[in-house]
Order: sequence, then structure tokens, then C-alpha cells
Amino acid sequence: MMKIDKDKLLIGAAGPVLALVSSFVLTMLVLLATGLDPIEPIQLMIENAGYADIQVLIINQTGIYYLAALAVAIGFRMNLFNIGVDGQYRLAAMISAVVGASVELPGPLHILLIVVVAALTGAFWAGIAGILKTTRGVSEVVSTIMLNAIATSLIAWLILPKNLGVQPEGSNDLTTGEIAESGWFPGIDMGQGNGEIYGFTFVALALGVVYWFALNRTRFGFDLRATGESESAAQASGVDAKRMILTSMLISGGLAGLSGMPTLLGDTHTYSLSFPVGVGFTAITIALLGRNNPVGILFAALLFAFLDKASSSLDVEGYPKEITQIMQGIIVIAVVVSYELVRRYGTRRQQQKVGEELAAGGAIKTDKEVSA
Amino acid sequence: MELHGITKRFPGVVANKDIAITVRKGTVHALIGENGAGKSTLMKILYGMQKPDEGTIAIDGEQVSFSSPGDAIARGIGMVHQHFMLADNLTVLENVVLGGEKLYGIGAKARKKIKEISDAYGLGVRPDALVEDLGVADRQRVEILKVLYRGAQILILDEPTAVLVPQEVDALFDNLRELKAEGLTVIFISHKLGEVLKVADDITVIRRGTTVGTADPKTATTKQLAELMVGSELPSPETRESTVTDVAMLEVKGLTLLESGFTGAPLTTAAPADPSATAVVREEVAAGRKLLDDVSLTIHKGEILGIAGVEGNGQTELIEALMGLRAPDSGGISLDGQDISALPVRKRREGGIGYIPEDRHRHGLLLEAPLWENRILGHVTEAPNSKRGILDPKAARKDTERIVREYDVRTPGIDVTAASLSGGNQQKLIVGREMSHNPKFLIAAHPTRGVDVGAQAQIWDAIREARREGLAVLLISADLDELIGLSDTLRVMYRGKLVADADPATITPEQLGSAMTGAATGRLEGGDERPEQSEQSEDGDAR
Repeated sequence: MMKIDKDKLLIGAAGPVLALVSSFVLTMLVLLATGLDPIEPIQLMIENAGYADIQVLIINQTGIYYLAALAVAIGFRMNLFNIGVDGQYRLAAMISAVVGASVELPGPLHILLIVVVAALTGAFWAGIAGILKTTRGVSEVVSTIMLNAIATSLIAWLILPKNLGVQPEGSNDLTTGEIAESGWFPGIDMGQGNGEIYGFTFVALALGVVYWFALNRTRFGFDLRATGESESAAQASGVDAKRMILTSMLISGGLAGLSGMPTLLGDTHTYSLSFPVGVGFTAITIALLGRNNPVGILFAALLFAFLDKASSSLDVEGYPKEITQIMQGIIVIAVVVSYELVRRYGTRRQQQKVGEELAAGGAIKTDKEVSA
Repeated sequence: MELHGITKRFPGVVANKDIAITVRKGTVHALIGENGAGKSTLMKILYGMQKPDEGTIAIDGEQVSFSSPGDAIARGIGMVHQHFMLADNLTVLENVVLGGEKLYGIGAKARKKIKEISDAYGLGVRPDALVEDLGVADRQRVEILKVLYRGAQILILDEPTAVLVPQEVDALFDNLRELKAEGLTVIFISHKLGEVLKVADDITVIRRGTTVGTADPKTATTKQLAELMVGSELPSPETRESTVTDVAMLEVKGLTLLESGFTGAPLTTAAPADPSATAVVREEVAAGRKLLDDVSLTIHKGEILGIAGVEGNGQTELIEALMGLRAPDSGGISLDGQDISALPVRKRREGGIGYIPEDRHRHGLLLEAPLWENRILGHVTEAPNSKRGILDPKAARKDTERIVREYDVRTPGIDVTAASLSGGNQQKLIVGREMSHNPKFLIAAHPTRGVDVGAQAQIWDAIREARREGLAVLLISADLDELIGLSDTLRVMYRGKLVADADPATITPEQLGSAMTGAATGRLEGGDERPEQSEQSEDGDAR
């Protein structure tokens, strides 16, 4: 039994490793094909990651990605594809920034209010897709993608000065107004102008633990995983599939809403036109790469944050920093291919093992179970 | 046709080992063996779907090697699969010419050819009937015709009788004799010994992937064949002493379920062949057909109530309504005196309903999950699986080990996925799981389907054991011997209605079969003057 466990671990690690190695190799080939040195950019990035200020940036970005990827992962665990994390994240950041700027409360309460509003807004936006799916059977992939577009337009309209926005003097930017200092989440200052680590990063890590516990140790988590593995079996076992879809959509949206908090509470203190976009899409790749596992997602988020932040100086050296985007794109494809390969290999191997042990015990299996 | 030294290995398992069979031209050759003995693999090799690792195949003395079914068809080998491969929304003619358009075109010439074949072998196929209006037996004849149309000289029939009632089996055998008389060769795969003796000219027995012997149907008995097949005596489903009490456990009153919208496959599998009746059936479909029609039944503590019926006559819907997976349009269900009609699935399961599903892969297991998680499935809220909303993996694992031990689930451990177990062992795990929660009422749908003989006996034992302790069981099965052997009371279901009832002590499979096709209703009298069992006729639905 121990042996199978060890195998499982090896097979579990084989997928990501295979994906990363092949995407590195392919990126190098792309660099070669464009007549550039394939090794130096990577050397430069590793060098960059050695500076303390870049490290702080990487850690902060990891927290943001981690939250958004958890939001995606909880959907994945029950075969729901919440492609709308990005829209939920942006809308939640905007609405909570508006609410945060309009009130003044004692410190912790102010922060709590902003966080709760963000989670509720994200959950509400995802919940629309959930309700459409449970009542009308609309595919959540389609509806969340469309809700992304709607969120973009809605934000653009809401942030107009005649509605909720504010135009700072002498600036083209539009913001939602500054949140009072009582609503700032304290961070850890790394000194010497290295910047500070967002306090909300630790909340993100704590939510990773909660995610693991909820999924693996609670009845709710079991029902959710069972629904993801086989909806028909879960229903027969007593899971109310519709309720499950709606609940997990709400949780996913809530987490997506929280993923704007590190930036909002720790850095910008306002939602503006320059608020980072696309986090929700990168998170899909991260959740895939991390196999929906809280530890795996953490490493994947760290890797993507590294690619993002360590590449910023490549332009100066004459390399297009877009190569990291090429690499991220290749990772998506490599992940899908290599996981399927490893999964098939793993299934074959296990069935072979069962077959061997049973053959030793004198039993025989039908061809179907063995070759399937 | 001759097969020599055929060996096929799958990872870790030898599915076929050194198989040697000689089939004489113009005979019906039966290939028997229990589930998992390697019959299907052998047939796939013969039909070119798989390549043997070793061994040779010769047809008419000439060595052949097939790399695809196309090659096999070109050499005159045709296969009728256990699961029909017909397009429901096309006519018989269209289905037959599909993929064989080059042979006789798609028009009058093809129609003529179909007529010709149909008449020559007495198949009675109507080329313009829609396949969705045909019953199982008719569909099977279309499959046979399809193969003959492509010029097959050797027909392989994979478990052709599994889906038929006894009368239809006899009709099929008449067809096979016709084919034989015309010089065609039939290879007949089965594990039903009585049928094999009736129709075969030669018998080859396969056990554990190899040929263990041949038998002459004129002299062999089912007992001898069974011993060859399993290496020991066949278990019997017989239940001896009655444990029926007069305490009602499950009461169903006037359960009616209407077809909503379009749910795919038609359920009129046993539609009679004459066109006027077919027309009536279609009208009903349009008007929102009743999938369950005023079904009432009572199951007492310690009673096994068996439901016979051709598949698709409402059995699945009855189970789903009892489990709470489908809301009936009218009628009530009560368990142990408590009305459960409005309860969700989970509450019903907690309330003591055990469920051995018809399709264990779809409804009973998480195939990719380890065994111990499968042990939790369906009972996540109950001890030992969880406490106050929190799972207890340790206790669940321990209990899984107990189930594996007590129900003899053959597995190297509880961390392997359910998919890697054989069908019989998966089923034993499910039975063990359901029995572990001391159900008051068990729904057993085809509990031994696709299960090898050894596991079959164990599953029967488990059900009998629980019945002795006061369990009420609803048994639904296509295996009439199992139904008659295990049940205390028998009901026949036809087009969503309980049309007949019978005493399993006196009824014969033939009588049951005719009621299943709707030919007989009311109380089926097997022998003479058995005392009426008043407890069930008072429900008033048996007419």
C-alpha cells in the first residue's frame, strides 16, 4: 500500500514537471527561431529575482493569483468552469472601493466592510451564472464569459464622474475616490525602500488552508467532489445537484471578489482605470497547473508571479518581455496534454498492479476492465 | 473455421491463452463460459477488433489475419453485438444500407434484397418500419439481417438472448436453425446452459481464458456443462424458508409519472409487431405517455418482492421515484409508516433505504476515487463516515477494510480506484456498503448483472441474510431464474403498469415471459390450487 502511495506522489508530480520542462524548451525554440539568445533572458530573470524589491513584488502578486486561482479551482473540482473570475474580481474591487471610500469606520470594521462587500459582489456576479444554469440550463462557460463583457461596460459606466467616479485634478484617470486610512490593510515593511508585503497575502494563504479543509474534510466538500467526479452518482447518493451548482458558484465568485483585496487594501486604496486586469484569466492556467490542489496552486501562483515580475527589465536588455507571455501560453497547452498523458499512464499502471496481485491470488479479470 | 493457439495479453492479465476451436461449416457452435472467462475478447479477435499476440485463424483451410472489422466482413464474418448498433430515427432499410451503400444501392434494389434475405431465413423484417417503433426481438433480427446483407457466411452472436424473454428466444432459435439449414455457420456466445443445449450442434467451454473442453449437446447435461464452466457446481438463487411478516415496510399507492418533454430512447421495447398497435403507441407518446401508471405495491418486513418485465417498461422510473430522484405526478410512498413522498434523496437514504443501482458505474461509484471514498458515497452524513459535518477518514477507511474482508472484495488495498476493480468486486463493494447501514428497505436492481458466478452467490447470500433479519427488498432483474428463486412475491410490469402477479413457488419462466410481453394479465396460476396470497391482491392493481 505504501508503494502505491509513493507512486501516486510521483505520478502527481510528473504532470507539472513534464508541462514546465516542455514549455521551457518550446520557449527557447521560439527565441532561437527569432534569432535571439535562448539562455540569456532566463539568466536575467533569475538574476532579477535575487533583488529584494522584486521578491516583494513577486510575493504580493502570488497572493493575488492564489486567491483568484482558488476561485477557479473550486469550480473545477465540480466540473464548473467559472471563466468569469476576472469580471467578478474587477466588479468586486470597484464596488467595494466605492463603498470603502464613502464611509469612515474604526479600522478593523472598515476593512471588514470592504472585504465583505467585495465577496458579496463577486458572489452576486457569479450567482447570476449559477441561477441561469440551474433554472434555464445555460452553460456557465458562455454566461460567465458574457458577464465579463458586461462587467467591463458596467464598470466603465459606473466610474464616470457623473455616476460614482472621481476625476483627480490634472489627471486623465478616473478613480472611485481614496479610501480613508482606517480602511488600509497593514502590511509588513521590508525596509530600505524594498516596499511592503501586503497583509492580505496572509489572508490568502489562510484561505488556502480553509479550502483544503472544506474540500477534504467536510461533508460539503465530499458532496462537491463527488458531483465533480460523477454527477449521476452524486445525485443518487443524495446530493442536490442544483443547489450544489449554485453554492459552489457563489463560493467561487466570493473568492474571486476577494482576489482584488490585496491590491485595493494594500496598495492603490482606490479603483481606477489602471487597476490590473486579466488576473482571472491567468488564474485559470494557475489552477490547471496546480491541479486544483492548494499546495500545487501556491507553487503555480509563485511561478507565474515570478514570470510576470522578473521579466520587467528584459526590455532594457533588448529582449521582448512578452516571451514570458508566450511561455505562459505554452504552459496552458502543455499542462492539458501532459496531465492527460500522465493520467492515462497512471490508470494503466494501477490496473496492471491490481491485475497482477489478483492473478497471483488466482482470480482473473475481464478484458473490459483491464483495457478500459 | 479453425482457431489455433490464440493468446492475447493485456497489461498484467492474460485474457486468452492458447485457445483452440474448430467450427464446422453449417452448424451452430456455442461458446460458453462465465462472465470474464474471455469469450468477448476471443470474439473481438475473430472480428478483427483486436489482434492476437500469438496463434492463427484459418477459414476454409486458408490462413487469415484481420487488422480491422472491415477485413473480417470481407472474409464473410459478421457480428451481432450484445448492444444493438442501430439508428433509432431511421427505417430498417436505411439502417441496413447504412455503410453498405455500394452493395445494392439505397433504393428499390436494396429493398428487394432485404425482402429476399428476410424471406429466405424467415426473419419477417419490414423494410420501412422505423427502428424506434420496433421491439427488442425485431431489432435483433434487423441486426442479423444487416450482417447477412453484407454477405456474411459466419455469424457471431454475442449473448443474443440476454435481452429476450423466453418466447422470443425460441423464435430466435428458429431463425438460427433456418440460417444453419442454408449452410451458414453461427457462433453463439452465451452463459445460459439450457439455451445452449437447445440450439447448439457443438459446444466449446472456456474457463479462465482458455478452452477447457468440448461437449456434445445430445448427451451433455446442464450440470456437466456448469461444472466444466466454473470448475464446480452452479449456485442456485433458491430461497427456502419464508421470512415474510405482516408488518408493511414500504407502501406505494397510485404512483403515476408522466413523460416530460423528450427523454430520448422510447420505452416501447416490447411493442407488438403488427402496425396498428404501433400506431397506438406513437399516439400515446405524443400525449405525454405514462411512464408509471397507477403503481401500487406493499413490501413487508422480511419480504423480497420481485418485479419482472422487459427492460424499459417503467422499472427504472419506479426506482427513481422511490429514491426521490424523480418527482411523481401523483401517488404516495411511505416507509415504515412514515410518508416519505416529499423527502429529498438524502433524507430517504438516511431513513433506511439501501440502493444497489442498475448501472453501478453511473449511479453507484466514483470510478476515479479510491475505494474508501466510495464507501462514503451515499452515506456521507452517517456514522462512521462523518461526525457533525466533518468527515472521519480514519473510521471510513477502517470500515472499508472491514467491508473488503467480509464481502470478499478482491483488491490489493483500499487506496486503489474503483475503476480498477472487476465488475463483480465493484458490486460486492456496493452491496457491502449498502448493507453496512442496516437498511430497512433495499432496492436491488439487477444485483448480479455482469458479475461472475462466485460473486453472484455471495451477493445472493447477503440479500438473503438481510431478509432474514427483517429487510424488505424490491428486486428488479432481467434474470428470470434469479427473480423466481429469490422472490417471495412476484409482480410483472408492462408499460408502466403492474399487470400481473404470481407465486414464485409455482410459476415457470415461460409463463412469466408471456406476461412480460403483455400477453397475460391478472393472477398467473403456475400449478393448481395454491392458496391465494391475500396480502397483495388487496392493493387492487393486479386486476
